[in-house]
Amino acid sequence: MIQWLAEPGLTHFLIVSAILFSLGLMAVLSKRNVIMVLMGVELILNSANINMIAFSRFTDLGLDGQMIGLFIIIIAAAEAAVALAIVLNIYNRFNSINLDEISLLKG
Amino acid sequence: MVEQTLYSISQFYPEIIITLTLCVIIVTDLLIKEENHTTGWILLGGFVLAGLTLMLQFGRNESVFFDMIAIDPFSHFFKALLLLTGIFIILFSVQSRELNNYMHRIGEYYMLLAGMMLGMMMMVSSSNLLMLFLAFELTSISSYVLVGFTKQTKRSSESSMKYIIYGAVSSGVMLYGFSLLIGITGAVDIYGINEALAGGTEHALLLNISILMILVGMGFKIAVVPFHFWAPDVYEGAPVSIAAILAVASKIAAFGLLIRFFSVSFIDAGGLTESGSWQVVEGIHWNQLLGVMAALAMILGNLTALRQDNIKRMLAYSSIAHAGYILMGVVILAGEGISSVMIYLFIYLFMNLGAFYVVMLFYNKTGTESIEKYKGLGKRAPLQGVALTIFLVSLTGIPPTGGFVAKLYIFGAAVSAGWIWLVAIAGLMTIVSLFYYIRVVRNMYFYEPEETAVKPIRFNVWSNVVLFALLIPTLLLGIYFAPLLEFARNSIHMFGM
Repeated sequence: MIQWLAEPGLTHFLIVSAILFSLGLMAVLSKRNVIMVLMGVELILNSANINMIAFSRFTDLGLDGQMIGLFIIIIAAAEAAVALAIVLNIYNRFNSINLDEISLLKG
Repeated sequence: MVEQTLYSISQFYPEIIITLTLCVIIVTDLLIKEENHTTGWILLGGFVLAGLTLMLQFGRNESVFFDMIAIDPFSHFFKALLLLTGIFIILFSVQSRELNNYMHRIGEYYMLLAGMMLGMMMMVSSSNLLMLFLAFELTSISSYVLVGFTKQTKRSSESSMKYIIYGAVSSGVMLYGFSLLIGITGAVDIYGINEALAGGTEHALLLNISILMILVGMGFKIAVVPFHFWAPDVYEGAPVSIAAILAVASKIAAFGLLIRFFSVSFIDAGGLTESGSWQVVEGIHWNQLLGVMAALAMILGNLTALRQDNIKRMLAYSSIAHAGYILMGVVILAGEGISSVMIYLFIYLFMNLGAFYVVMLFYNKTGTESIEKYKGLGKRAPLQGVALTIFLVSLTGIPPTGGFVAKLYIFGAAVSAGWIWLVAIAGLMTIVSLFYYIRVVRNMYFYEPEETAVKPIRFNVWSNVVLFALLIPTLLLGIYFAPLLEFARNSIHMFGM
C-alpha cells in the first residue's frame, strides 16, 4: 500500500481527476448560489485537464495532451468571464444570485 | 509543412471571410456614430461572399490543416445550410422590435452572430477532438451572450444565465468524456480513434462511459431528451431572432458534428452488414443509445408542447420533438439515413424559421406571444395568418408541404433498416403534434378578435418579401424535391469513410 502511494502512476492521477469531477458535479447539482455552481464547472474542466496531462505523461499520447490542456485553460477563462458578466447582470435585475429566486420562466 | 499550411489556407476561404467580416464589423462599429443596422448589412455581405467561396469548393473531398478540418461534401452541405440560416436571421434582426432599445450596441450583436456562425461552420467540418471542442465552445459562448442581449428585460437575463449554467456543465462533462476517449485510444483525431478501435478494445466499459459523457454535450446542443431542460426557458427568454438561430442553425451544426463524430469514429471501417448498412465498432452500442434518446425526445417533446401557452415555448418543445425525428435518421447507420437527415434539416430550416418569423412579426405589432391572444389574428393579418398556418402544417408533416417529404424519407429509411418500434412511436407522436399546432390555427381563425383590437394589422412590403422567401420553398419542396434529393445523396460522403 505504502509502496503504491510512494510511486504515483497513471491510476493515481485518474483517481484524483475522477474525485475532482465528482466534486464538481456535486457542487453543480447541490449549490443554489450561481457563483458556487460556476466553481463546480471549473472543477469539472480542470479534472478533464488533469486527465489530459496524465495521459500525455504516462502513455504514448505525447505533447498533444499538454496542448489540449493549454487550450482548455483558455476556454475555461473565457467561459468564466462571460459567466460572471451574465451573473452581474442577473444581480442587477433580480437583486439576488440564488437560483431558487430566479425563476420567472417555467412550465 | 509550409506548403501544406498554405494549401490548407486556400481551402479555408469561407471561414476566413467570416473572420474578416467580424473584424470589419468591430471597426465599423467604432467609426459609425449613427444607430442603424449598417453592421448587419456588412455581415449579410460577408455571409453571401462566404457562400460564394463555399460554392467554389463543392466536390472536394480532403483533409486540411494536418487532419484538423475536413473539406468534404458533407461539410459543404451543412455549411451551405448554416449560411442560409444566417442570412435569414439577419433579415429577421433588422426588423426586430425587441432590438430597438439596444441600437447603441447593435454592432456587438452582429459581431457575436459572426462569431457564432464561424463556430458552427467549424463544428460541422472539424475532425480533431480539440478543434471540435473549440468550435463547440466558440458557438456556445457567443450564443450565451446573444441570448442575454436584451439585458434590460428580466426574462432575457434569466434565460441567458440558465443557458450558460447548463451549457458550461454539459460541455465540461463532454470534455471529460473526450479526455477518457483520448486516453484510451491514444489519438486526438477521429480517424486515429477509428484506427485504434478497429480490432476491438479491452476497455469496452470505459469507452461506453466516455461515449455517454460525450453524448451529454452533444445532446445538449441538439436539445434532445434528457438534456433538453434549457431549451424552453432559453427560447422563451431570448429575442425571437436568437431563438430562431438556436432552434435552426445551432441544431443543424450540432447534428453535423454528431453525425461526423460518431460515424467516422465508431463505425467499423472493414465491414458492411448483409443489408448494406454500416456496422458499429464491436462492444460500443452508441446507436441503441441514440435510438432511446430519440424516442424519449419525441414522446416528451410532443406531450409537453400540448400544455404550452407561450408560442415560443411551444415551438421549443416542438423543436425537441423534431430533434427526436432527426435522430431517428442518425441511428439507422446507412447512407440512406444520413441523406434523409439532410433532407429533413433542409426543409426544417425553412418551415421552422418561417414559424419563428411570423411569431416575430406578430410580436412586433401586438406585443404578445401568448397563443390565447392570437385569437382573431388570422382575420386581422390574413397573409401572415395563412403563412403561419402553412408553416405549422408543414411542421406537423401533412402533404402537400415540405414537412411531409421530410418525414416520409426519414420514416422510410428507418422502416427499411428495421427500427419498426421507433417509427411506430414517431407516427403516433406526429398525430399528437397535430393538436398543438392546429390549436394556434384554430385560435387565429375560429374566434373573433377582441373588441379592443379589431383593426387590420399592416405589414410593410419588405417583411412580406422575406415571408415569401420562406413560404415558397416550404410549399415547393412538398411537390418538387428531386434536386434536393440529388443534392443530399451526393453530400453524404465524409472524408475518411
